[in-house]
Amino acid sequence: MDLKQLVKGKSGDKLFLLGNEAAVRGAIEAGVSISSTYPGTPSSEIGNILSLIAKDAGMFFEFSINEKVAMEVAASSAASGLRSFVFMKHVGLNVASDSFVSAVYTGVNGGMVVLVADDPSIHSSQNEQDTRNYARLANLPFLEPSNPQEVKDMMKYGFELSEKFNIPVLLRTTTRISHMRGIVELGEISSKNLSNNNKNNNNNTNSNSNTNNTSSDSNSNSNDENKCHWEKAYFEKDQKQFVPVPANALTMHKELVCKIKNIESVANESDLNEVYKFNKNSNLKLGVIASGGAFNYAYDIVNQDNLEMDILKLGFSYPFGRDRIFDFVKDLDGVFVVEEVDPIMEKEILAVLGKNNLDIPVFGKLNGIFPLIYEFTPDIIRNSFNKVLNNIDSTGKIEKEELYKKLKSMGTSVDIDCYEKPVENDFSQKIDSSISEEIANLMDELPNRPPTLCAGCSHRSTYFGVKKAAEELGIAEEDLIFSSDIGCYTLGISPPYKTADYLLSMGASIGNACGFSAATNQRIISFIGDSTFFHGGIPPLVNAVHNKHRFVLTVLDNRTTAMTGGQPHPGLPVDGMGDLAPEISIEKIAIAAGCEFVKTINPINLRKTVDTYKKALEFDGVAVIIAKYPCTLIKGQKKKNPMEIIQDKCNQCLDCVNTLACPAISTKDEQVIIDEGICKGCGTCLQMCNEKAIKVKIQ
Amino acid sequence: MFNEKESYSIYVCGVGGQGIIKTSVIIGEAAMNEGYEVVLSEIHGMSQRGGVVSTELKIGDYKSSIIEEAEADVILGFEPIEAVRGLKKANKNTKIIFNTLPIIPSTLSQSNQNYPEIARIIAILNDNYKHVFPIEGEKLAKDAGSLLSLNMVLLGSAIANDTFPLSKEAVIKAMKNNLNERFHDMNLKAIENGYNAVKSNVN
Repeated sequence: MDLKQLVKGKSGDKLFLLGNEAAVRGAIEAGVSISSTYPGTPSSEIGNILSLIAKDAGMFFEFSINEKVAMEVAASSAASGLRSFVFMKHVGLNVASDSFVSAVYTGVNGGMVVLVADDPSIHSSQNEQDTRNYARLANLPFLEPSNPQEVKDMMKYGFELSEKFNIPVLLRTTTRISHMRGIVELGEISSKNLSNNNKNNNNNTNSNSNTNNTSSDSNSNSNDENKCHWEKAYFEKDQKQFVPVPANALTMHKELVCKIKNIESVANESDLNEVYKFNKNSNLKLGVIASGGAFNYAYDIVNQDNLEMDILKLGFSYPFGRDRIFDFVKDLDGVFVVEEVDPIMEKEILAVLGKNNLDIPVFGKLNGIFPLIYEFTPDIIRNSFNKVLNNIDSTGKIEKEELYKKLKSMGTSVDIDCYEKPVENDFSQKIDSSISEEIANLMDELPNRPPTLCAGCSHRSTYFGVKKAAEELGIAEEDLIFSSDIGCYTLGISPPYKTADYLLSMGASIGNACGFSAATNQRIISFIGDSTFFHGGIPPLVNAVHNKHRFVLTVLDNRTTAMTGGQPHPGLPVDGMGDLAPEISIEKIAIAAGCEFVKTINPINLRKTVDTYKKALEFDGVAVIIAKYPCTLIKGQKKKNPMEIIQDKCNQCLDCVNTLACPAISTKDEQVIIDEGICKGCGTCLQMCNEKAIKVKIQ
Repeated sequence: MFNEKESYSIYVCGVGGQGIIKTSVIIGEAAMNEGYEVVLSEIHGMSQRGGVVSTELKIGDYKSSIIEEAEADVILGFEPIEAVRGLKKANKNTKIIFNTLPIIPSTLSQSNQNYPEIARIIAILNDNYKHVFPIEGEKLAKDAGSLLSLNMVLLGSAIANDTFPLSKEAVIKAMKNNLNERFHDMNLKAIENGYNAVKSNVN
């Protein structure tokens, strides 16, 4: 599919869209003017797409330096009366939370939607925190789509809701929604969101805006304000609304509490909270309350297994529509709560039952029916339903009273181990039906395929150089702490490098190094990527110098945000919309922060790398090494000749195989070989081979 | 040609960079164009760094895009051991279609593991499943014009089995909508090569 379809597609067209693509279309249909993000899986594709089509969509888009700044860009844009869209992964909201919570206090004039993508089962994150907790912490409306169509529709609805109550709206996806593809029927695009060169007649209702009706050629990269491709607004000052000094903030909090109370009536009536009828004539009335991706599994299992249980799906799940919940549960004999990850709705439902003096068993995570960790699967849901349903005799032989007692006792028991691994990985249970012992054995012996640093990745050369320098200085492995950060280089955790001993969050490698420096007499080397350095590395670097800590900081500058797919960052001469932009120098930042040892190296030059690290490790203070070499995944790089082994000289020491662990080098038939299809020709192996048995292959 | 549940589930697996997601999107789009409901789950993440990639495609009245254990109608493996890893989704009637050329994990020598012999994998699969189709994908792709058409060879193989619910024409149309026009002829040949490899195997 041509991504331009997201802009050009007409109302009624059907496209097969990724959840993240649907979010982009939703933003376009809603007439978003300002969008911002810091890339993070599973939300990254939204930014990748916007960077390509923002101009066609009449939208400003930036890759902000971090999520907090992205949040601030969106908040002040919305305060100015424009619709703004900010998106990030779940842990990004931690970074943004300070401004996020205050933006909910101040409220907005234009609509503002904050999309946060959770990662249950931790496909590519450092935790599986549940963003629904933030809806409660910050007190703002919360939407949970279950498929790409709903992502698009709820984006649009989110902006309407946001403007109606002057409050930001939080929209939560999970990996399985962001990376789910489904059929999406497109809707109308808001007239103000047609790019200027498509605009014949600007119907903008914002009287203070100085929007330009430029009719042609507005897609040029001109800085001329009159040719700007997105709508501009006019910020009307109102200190009582926008400046939360204590006196104002107390008033804001009061207003916020009132808003949320009013929005709860909207949630109670919302058709995003919908009942799916499955109970035809079962005497025993069980029900299911589910949200987001978890709803999909619950629906499929109830449908396929002919379980006669009605399902209440909550798409608008905060403020929690308590009247709606009460209506649904009041006549039930028991209710399953199906939610990923924390038992949040379950607690809300228990509160509704308690307040109404209803004695109905609730089957959720608190009593071990559903696991407290992991994303769900249809198999997990079936297994969890069966923990209860297997106790029911559908022939009606059991008196309802007795059954009710039994269900109630189950509903409050905590004896089921909810930490056990989900049933999906337990082949033994299904051996008879699907997996034979022979197949199970074959599966057991399969080699793993962990992600590794790519062939030609300069991080490998840096890590090799660091280890060599420590060895030459006689520093024992346990005396050298590697403080790591979030990026591809975290893969250094694996042998043979083992260059990750402590990791918390974006930018933490430097702050953690400060702590290790104060707390221990061990040597410390921290590793941080270029994009991560800009994101969260600058304040801790200033801290390190000012507080006289001692460690070696390595900025692994591979000229891109590699881990999330190669987005630009402030160290590059290009911005999020592909325009030229000032390039910020990491070296100059380090010097300005007061670092007295700042060296930029090409890590592929091994001898220089080793020598620089040796000097840095001896330096009394914060030594900064910028290891600068482009990521091999950056497109359009000149292809280099691959390496080859000179078999006559190779003495099979296997140092290259075992200490470099390059995907291109392996052993086959008692020989070391280099796969020229994989080799990027970086030449690191050529330099480290003591026998000089590796050379450039002449083609 | 739906199963008794009026649905069809395809589990596609392999290694990053093999074109797995594109192949899945093409099948999904073809299903949409033929008027079916369809959902697809993709696992991206670390795929470009040599990791495992898999997608789950469900055609029919489903809300969830995760295939239950033992419920896949087709396992489409772009790589032999990844096809084996996908067998948790297979039952005795599942069509197991896989490319026979291994991509050896680069960590093999560090982890002291061995890559199983392909002939042994094929023999064990044939012992345990009724419909096993090993495909010499690289050879057929080269014949079509380039190794890069491997994913279209496997797409052709996937749609050749007699239970596949979508027409070849619909799949080809979706291919054309998703791949660069310059390579349409090569990719058409690749689809034919894969298609014929399975058809000749059946007869």
